[in-house]
Amino acid sequence: MPSKKSARKAAKAIKRKIVIKGKASSAKVQSGAKASQAKALFLSKAVPLAVEAKKPRCIVLSGFGLNSELELAHAFSLAGADSKIVHFSDISSGSVKLEDFEIFAIPGGWSFGDDIAGGRVLANKLKNTFKSQFDSFVSSGKPILGVCNGFQTLVKLGALPNLSGAFSQESTLTFNKSGRFEDRWVYLKPQKSACKYFEGVEFINCPVRHGEGQFVPRDPAILAQLQKQGLLALKYAGEGLKESPGYPANPNGSPLDIAGICDKSGKILGLMPHPECSVRRITFPHFTSGISHEANSIRFFRNIVKVGTGYL
Amino acid sequence: MVCRIEIALKPVFSDPNGSSLHSKMQDYLKINTVHSVRVVDAYSIDHALSEEELLRVSQELLCDPVNQHFSINSPCVSNSNFSFAISVGFKPGVKDNVGGTAREAIEELLGIKLSGNVYTSKHYLLSGKVARADAEKIARELLANELIQCFEVKSASEFGTDGFGVQIQKMDIAGGGLVKEIDLNVSDKRLIEISKQRLLALSLDEMRAAKAYFTDPEVIQVRKSQGMPAAPTDVEIEVIAQTWSEHCKHKIFNAKISMKSGKKKRIVDSIFKSFVKAATHKLSKKKKWLVSVFTDNAGIIEFVPGWNVAMKVETHNSPSALDPYGGALTGILGVNRDILGCGMGAKPIFNTDVFCFADPRYSGEIPPRLFHPRRVLEGVRAGVAAGGNASGIPTVNGSLYFDDKYLGKPLVYCGTGGLMPAQIGEKKTHEKAALPGDRIFMVGGRIGKDGIHGATFSSQELHEGSPVSAVQLGDPYTQKKMVDFLLEARDLGLYNAITDNGAGGLSSSIGEMAQTSGGCILHLDRAPLKYPGLDPWEIFVSESQERMSVAVPPSKAGQFVQLARLRNVEVSDLGEFTASGRLHIMYGAKTVAYLEMNFLHNGLPQLELDAELRAPSASEPKKPESADLNADLLLLLTRPNICSKEYVIRQYDHEVQGSSVVKPLCGRNSDGPSDAGVISPLFDRKEGLVISNGLCPRFSSLDAYQMAANAADEAVRNYVAAGGSLERVALLDNFCWSDPIYSSENPEGKHKLAQLVRSCEGLYDACLAYGAPLISGKDSMKNDYRHGKWRISIPPTLLVSAIGRIEDASLAMTSDFKNEGDSIYILGKTLNELGASEYYAMKGQLGANVPKVEFRRNFALYSKLQSAIEKGLVASCHDCSEGGLAVALSESCIAGAIGASVSFQGKHGKGLTPTQLMFSESAGRFIVSVKKKDEVRFKAVMRGSDFEMIGEVRGNALEISLNNSKLVSQPMESLRAAWKKTMGW
Repeated sequence: MPSKKSARKAAKAIKRKIVIKGKASSAKVQSGAKASQAKALFLSKAVPLAVEAKKPRCIVLSGFGLNSELELAHAFSLAGADSKIVHFSDISSGSVKLEDFEIFAIPGGWSFGDDIAGGRVLANKLKNTFKSQFDSFVSSGKPILGVCNGFQTLVKLGALPNLSGAFSQESTLTFNKSGRFEDRWVYLKPQKSACKYFEGVEFINCPVRHGEGQFVPRDPAILAQLQKQGLLALKYAGEGLKESPGYPANPNGSPLDIAGICDKSGKILGLMPHPECSVRRITFPHFTSGISHEANSIRFFRNIVKVGTGYL
Repeated sequence: MVCRIEIALKPVFSDPNGSSLHSKMQDYLKINTVHSVRVVDAYSIDHALSEEELLRVSQELLCDPVNQHFSINSPCVSNSNFSFAISVGFKPGVKDNVGGTAREAIEELLGIKLSGNVYTSKHYLLSGKVARADAEKIARELLANELIQCFEVKSASEFGTDGFGVQIQKMDIAGGGLVKEIDLNVSDKRLIEISKQRLLALSLDEMRAAKAYFTDPEVIQVRKSQGMPAAPTDVEIEVIAQTWSEHCKHKIFNAKISMKSGKKKRIVDSIFKSFVKAATHKLSKKKKWLVSVFTDNAGIIEFVPGWNVAMKVETHNSPSALDPYGGALTGILGVNRDILGCGMGAKPIFNTDVFCFADPRYSGEIPPRLFHPRRVLEGVRAGVAAGGNASGIPTVNGSLYFDDKYLGKPLVYCGTGGLMPAQIGEKKTHEKAALPGDRIFMVGGRIGKDGIHGATFSSQELHEGSPVSAVQLGDPYTQKKMVDFLLEARDLGLYNAITDNGAGGLSSSIGEMAQTSGGCILHLDRAPLKYPGLDPWEIFVSESQERMSVAVPPSKAGQFVQLARLRNVEVSDLGEFTASGRLHIMYGAKTVAYLEMNFLHNGLPQLELDAELRAPSASEPKKPESADLNADLLLLLTRPNICSKEYVIRQYDHEVQGSSVVKPLCGRNSDGPSDAGVISPLFDRKEGLVISNGLCPRFSSLDAYQMAANAADEAVRNYVAAGGSLERVALLDNFCWSDPIYSSENPEGKHKLAQLVRSCEGLYDACLAYGAPLISGKDSMKNDYRHGKWRISIPPTLLVSAIGRIEDASLAMTSDFKNEGDSIYILGKTLNELGASEYYAMKGQLGANVPKVEFRRNFALYSKLQSAIEKGLVASCHDCSEGGLAVALSESCIAGAIGASVSFQGKHGKGLTPTQLMFSESAGRFIVSVKKKDEVRFKAVMRGSDFEMIGEVRGNALEISLNNSKLVSQPMESLRAAWKKTMGW
């Protein structure tokens, strides 16, 4: 693991004023509002996007019970994207178009209360409303990230791992082996995979908080293919990045300690843990002992942003 | 035609939920005959779907193709796989959240509207040689709460090939829309009867005040002109009862109390005005950061320029006693709405929960209608997890307190804080006013019979006749959609005022908002209902969840409705705010209530009560000395009030929103106890929020004044321990009492009221000494249980919550010892104060020497400690509370996964016996560790206060000696094992 010193240094490097870009449409609402951060994030009307030089635009989905959009948008902004939180219904109503963005991110949350199964109803809703926009986004090769509930949604959409290319569901995320929701910090070890978002990222230290995170392939052949084709992008690891750490370092009992997977293009990534919650030094559980690894998480987001930049 | 779809895990997959239930059957029902448990989800759809449609719904929506399989109109698992099957579904009218989502999703999938609802149930399939009696016990005591759910138990042969069949629990109520007149021009006896029969919870004096109003010739004249009868309608009587309820009006806190203490007698005119409000008033000149106190749903303070924070702590005790899960869930969602309805609306950013239960290991008899404390704990935990986690609000701090006096009524304190921009455009967000002409909009869920009489119910003791309708299930998803929508509408300036529909429902929210405009005209028939058959009064007072009331200017109404439609949130225009001075309620073309606003809000007569303090006849035990300090320390660490709560904490999301700084668990292995929660909600600001709690109910058996003083001290102490700034600390008070009104049935009433007065005095003194204004409060005064021979009352309990600012969140402090070789200091004074301590409780004693808070000394110490932390001179800081010094040292060791060597050389705790030194619970103390290089500066900062170096962080054991004789010597493993054992579920 990197030394405390280098982590601190990296933290210093990113210590600068954070402003989340993306202007709201209504000038009236914007005027005089000191609270522009919350405003820009909560408003998501049809928007002529403020184009800044060389900044890819990242759309962070919200609504219907999703709840981690603020911190995910913040992480992308920190990594150099122009983040915009957009309500699901603004895409389905057509007032915001996916094609105007270079990165698409579905955050964590409890969409539709996790009723029936986590991500299932949101996935169906997406299919029934803006599937063709989503398909074009996928085929354009632009980055797509699903975190936690967003990962569940991508899996249930069939967008991950999508070995067959037919967007049929090949795996699922189901109840943790413990039968409990759990909140704890974990270590994640990027694997050799098709996914390029982990270049230079030795590990990520971030929280998990889910009840349905156990990865289940349809059959052993799927798992074998995932391994063979290098789609197992991210695994849980123990302290010191120990492999096969067992519970609780692998909090949900996923086989092969799978924490995240990608599709064959490596551009669509889904993961259960929350790297967006580990981009600030002071949110690390041991920062009071001088230990934090925010530079790694930021690097991960920067890598996504870098790929997104290629589509400007 | 009704259809059903059943979903089960494919047999090759293990069933985590089934396994988890299986271990609970063994753990706390002691049933070992069950071999395994599998769970089936059943959906009964009240609509004639074609076979093809059913197939689509199964394949594309309800069943996961990877690990589940399904069946249509037949059981999914055949009866050869189990010996007993238990089906659990909701009773008619109880909110079925999953059913609601399924309906919405089916309609979208098929592009049709269903003619009826979707009803869900769960089937639990038990394999093994299970006796029917055990299956029934499992159903009753683990799986179903018969208050809101119904269950069916079938043996494999009874299950047959059809299983449980279609399960529709339709709410079928005929009628509705009826309005009755209630004659109040009757005898006192009859007035009391009316109050009792209708569950109005109004006293004779209050009934008489209502009678006087309706028999006033002028009133009769006005009513006549409106076509209203002289006698009040049931709508009017109910509105009065809601508005005048203890829950809404805090009658006891506003009463004129004649207080007798020894030979002295004095009059206290409203303990609320004299102590709670007075403390804040005295401090308000110095505390420029107070924004809005005691006027709104929550207190509002400035966080940083441009941003305010609102906080409120509620209780939800009575419903949680009857249905721990639903009660707690509804409590959380309710206090979240208080925050959303505070000022122009704040966004909830944290929850903090404090629960008081009987010992989860309780082995005595359980009184009728109550649950075993372990079940209460599990239910409340699950309710909070569902409410907080699913709403995306982190639970940042909390505590669990155990005493068997909470068997009759558990206490469920739910607190929430919210963030709001100080201004939107030119408008200050802490101010709001419904204007005449504004439209009355109801937003969110629909109205049903659930939660009728919640406010009046909670104003009574729990008894065999307590209404089941008072319990309801919240729906975090519906609420989350509503929260998102309303904050968006707030930022667009679409409304002038907002408040939540909590206790009393529309009657209280609209009644409250109409005070600013001066009246309203409201059409109850326009309110959307869950099902037909409600009478107007029921619509008006129903406490159905997930609803807010909003005043929308007519010019914005169109935009408001349009946005709501886009966001899939139901809104309905129920009428108009007016300046008529009247609460005018209509149902169809008929006026059903016509009340003067002034009478409704100011017509309540002030209560006059007697209080008399009984001096405690307590004494110290004859043989207080511990025979074996090591053994006693280990035993203390296993006590529910001290042991690790990791089991509960891990199941709460404390990281969502990305702002968590000091988490509920801290230290080397993230398993040590934190004193306070610290969050950093604005990503571009260095300031953080510190949230802590203090609660010492046991002390009230010796001295209610000190109980309150200690609770306030503990809250502030925890706050300072995490690095909070004393300049910026605000407190919230939350009193839970057993009935303090004297009557022949309640002979203890006077003493309990006197305790209430004393505790208010203690709180007042603490607030002034610490410069900590009270910004919001709550009281719950009838926490008693009565049933046949049973009478259980809670101990007088005051929860003090602290909220404030840490100037630089990166300097936040945690309780874990950090580095080998750091010096350990004790701050504060340990005195001979074992009275009502955890140690005495463990020995079955009460003692007499209750800890006395030395406010001035503590404040000076706290200020210095804050300064030391801000200067970065402190490595760890932990407050000393239950279990005293020995436990605090153990906890810092456990958190740091490192030992400590401590020796007392006679200065600190001079004259104390070893037991007193180890376990006394004197207030105002901390265990602090300091790096060697910082010691000189640390000492310079602390000079003038009580502090002493007592040892060093070192090794793998806790060693404590006094004057060179060993008191405690324990390896870390034993300390950790003892501390984690009790709740290592």
